[in-house]
Amino acid sequence: MNTMTSPHDHIVKGFDAEMSRLTGEIAAMGELSIKQLEAAMDALGKRDSKAAQRVVDNDDALDSQERQISDDVLHLLALRAPMARDLREILAALRIASDIERIGDYAANVAKRSMTLNLSAPVPLVGSLAPMARMAGRLVHDAMLAYVAHDAEMAHAVWERDADLDTLYTTLFRELLTYMMEDARSITACTHLLFIAKNIERIGDHATNVAENIWFVVRGAPLDEPRTKQDQTLET
Amino acid sequence: MTPNTSPQHIWKPTPPAGDNEAFTAPHTSATVAPPVKISVRNLNFHYGRFHALKDISIDIPEKRVTAFIGPSGCGKSTLLRTFNRMFEIYPEQRADGQILVDGANILDSREDIARIRARIGMVFQKPTPFPMSIYENIAFGIRLYERLQKSEMDARVEQCLARAALWDEVKDKLHQSGTSLSGGQQQRLCIARAVAIKPEVILLDEPCSALDPISTARVEELLKELVREYTVVIVTHNMQQAARASDFTAFMYLGELVEFGNTPTIFTRPSRQQTEDYITGRFG
Repeated sequence: MNTMTSPHDHIVKGFDAEMSRLTGEIAAMGELSIKQLEAAMDALGKRDSKAAQRVVDNDDALDSQERQISDDVLHLLALRAPMARDLREILAALRIASDIERIGDYAANVAKRSMTLNLSAPVPLVGSLAPMARMAGRLVHDAMLAYVAHDAEMAHAVWERDADLDTLYTTLFRELLTYMMEDARSITACTHLLFIAKNIERIGDHATNVAENIWFVVRGAPLDEPRTKQDQTLET
Repeated sequence: MTPNTSPQHIWKPTPPAGDNEAFTAPHTSATVAPPVKISVRNLNFHYGRFHALKDISIDIPEKRVTAFIGPSGCGKSTLLRTFNRMFEIYPEQRADGQILVDGANILDSREDIARIRARIGMVFQKPTPFPMSIYENIAFGIRLYERLQKSEMDARVEQCLARAALWDEVKDKLHQSGTSLSGGQQQRLCIARAVAIKPEVILLDEPCSALDPISTARVEELLKELVREYTVVIVTHNMQQAARASDFTAFMYLGELVEFGNTPTIFTRPSRQQTEDYITGRFG
């Protein structure tokens, strides 16, 4: 992904180099988190516990990337005394890194639960999770594209699309409830699937957090439109 | 011209040329606007043929610290020097327009120029203590305007030095030469001297550029004290200093006032691209 700079470069070239390194690190973290989610879903679909364990192990990489970004942010704040947009960008980098780290945690949790599911008989509804995970992955992917392009409009579109993910989650929630009511023996497995669905739904929420931070960087003000949450599981 | 102060007005386009409305100190609706101390209207300044200030209009609020920032040669020191007609000591310098201090135009005032400069004191980049004792540095100016008994004068000198956060450091050597002090102490002595004659406004032109960080911090702390009683206007190259020490910040470029707003807004979310480029170190 190409990183876009502000209209003018800094007079101090080292500052530009540090800022683009920070953007690059965030982009790399974003890509890894998407891969983790894909790998976790793949392991879940194939009932492959070894692959799932690799996803769990890989989560350390995201954690250490987040620590690296925290160090870089500390360094930039202390040594460069950033102002205005630079300051917003650095502040947003810290927040976005934390959101991506959480996305990684959810992917790892999906993998862990898939290993537990592999201990019992397959549940047919696993297939319904795949479209939801693909949608969440695309949200994260597009949020990262908006981040490197500093594109507030694209970020806004991601922010709005999370409602679709919520709708899918609500549908799946109802399906799983129905399934459990019909067959009490599936309750353990379906509960894990419910948690997996919830994890994926939360990934979408973190993608919207990333989008809100991009908006803040570019526009200089928070995105303060009311959210249209489509998660209606509380009313189910 | 009113500065952009509300979040709704970020990235507001540049107003059309020839808009002579004054930049007025911003305020939120929750707070009462501070009264205006110095009101500059359509000020143009020439050094011979060079047009150094171009149609500046700005309202400097009373009992607040207003900082002027901008690259070298942008006119910020020139503007400061018009506020007490300091430019008049140089030939071929001309100011047109109005500088209203409490409503009266000082540019065509018949008021004694020394009186104007006593009301509007100035502290320069390089500390300029008089070659006399610390005590006399303060007492000298007071004697020009007031007749005080020795005990009253002693009390006033102490009060001024205390106000400039210098008393504890010099109380045992008041009769040593002012030039024997460190750079930071000399600068605070100059501020004490400016305060001694009870001015209404204190103008500071790069007061900390020759000082170490500790002395700079002392001067900045002092500004916070002074502003309770005086209107303070500071020109600084140090943007961090403007951010730390001022309530309002004005950005100037090529003799024009580009943006004026409350300091937190200017340094986190300026309205003009030029301001943004300057404060983020992208200028040029």
